[in-house]
Amino acid sequence: MTFALAVFCVLAAISVVSAVLMIVQRNPVNSALYLILNFFSLAALYLTLKAQFIAIVQVLVYAGAIMVLFLFVIMLLNLGDDKRLREHLGPKAYIAIGLVVALLGELVFIFSKSRADSVVALAPNAGQMGTVEFLGQVLYTKFLFPFEMTSFLLLAAIVGAVVLAKKKLQQ
Amino acid sequence: MAPLNYYLLLSAFMFCVGVLGVAVRRNAIIVFMCIELMLNSVNLTLVALSSFIGDPTGQILVFFVMVVAAAEAAVGLTIIIALFRNKQTINIDEINLLKW
Repeated sequence: MTFALAVFCVLAAISVVSAVLMIVQRNPVNSALYLILNFFSLAALYLTLKAQFIAIVQVLVYAGAIMVLFLFVIMLLNLGDDKRLREHLGPKAYIAIGLVVALLGELVFIFSKSRADSVVALAPNAGQMGTVEFLGQVLYTKFLFPFEMTSFLLLAAIVGAVVLAKKKLQQ
Repeated sequence: MAPLNYYLLLSAFMFCVGVLGVAVRRNAIIVFMCIELMLNSVNLTLVALSSFIGDPTGQILVFFVMVVAAAEAAVGLTIIIALFRNKQTINIDEINLLKW
């Protein structure tokens, strides 16, 4: 086993274990912390794919901004007592587990039938493609219009968040 | 270097964990975090294919997915706060106003 493959296996194990631990935690604060661990391991996986810019943005935006927002809301709602956090697993949960296992089986079947396992090396231009310089060049020329549109999306999100959070809804 | 298949299988597994969380958990905040997990697993697929094929479009798409995820997190968490203010709960079994 080469060094790069060993690094991938360690990072994949961290991300899988943290994702599973995230959904079995009863307390949402613990879930959020495991999700942050998952985001960091994903950022490291992006580095193994030589996507430096995406890795940095993953840490800054996801693990930084979005998860701070989550933790802030969890602490604002203050659902500390045990009674409120209790959940009941009905028969629907077992059906859901069965369906998810079927979905995973389908995906694994598709990937095992595809020719993706013969692709073992990154593209020769992968190293310089993940840099801020290269991605910025593409973003501001070929994808300029979608990039400008995201500013409207963010503006709409800001206005929507302020309007929703401002006052009590009609009862 | 790990082959492309390993990255795709890893992200498929993470996506399924996210789907399971959305289907089974009843806490609205955890359901929301599972949606973020699913978005991230798709991001991993996009970056892996982009790097292995040598086309930057996948990484640009991940950038846009992150923008949408940030907007979605802000609005979604605000909706959760508004729901909590009105019903004093974020258990999605008790928030059934639109259920038939």
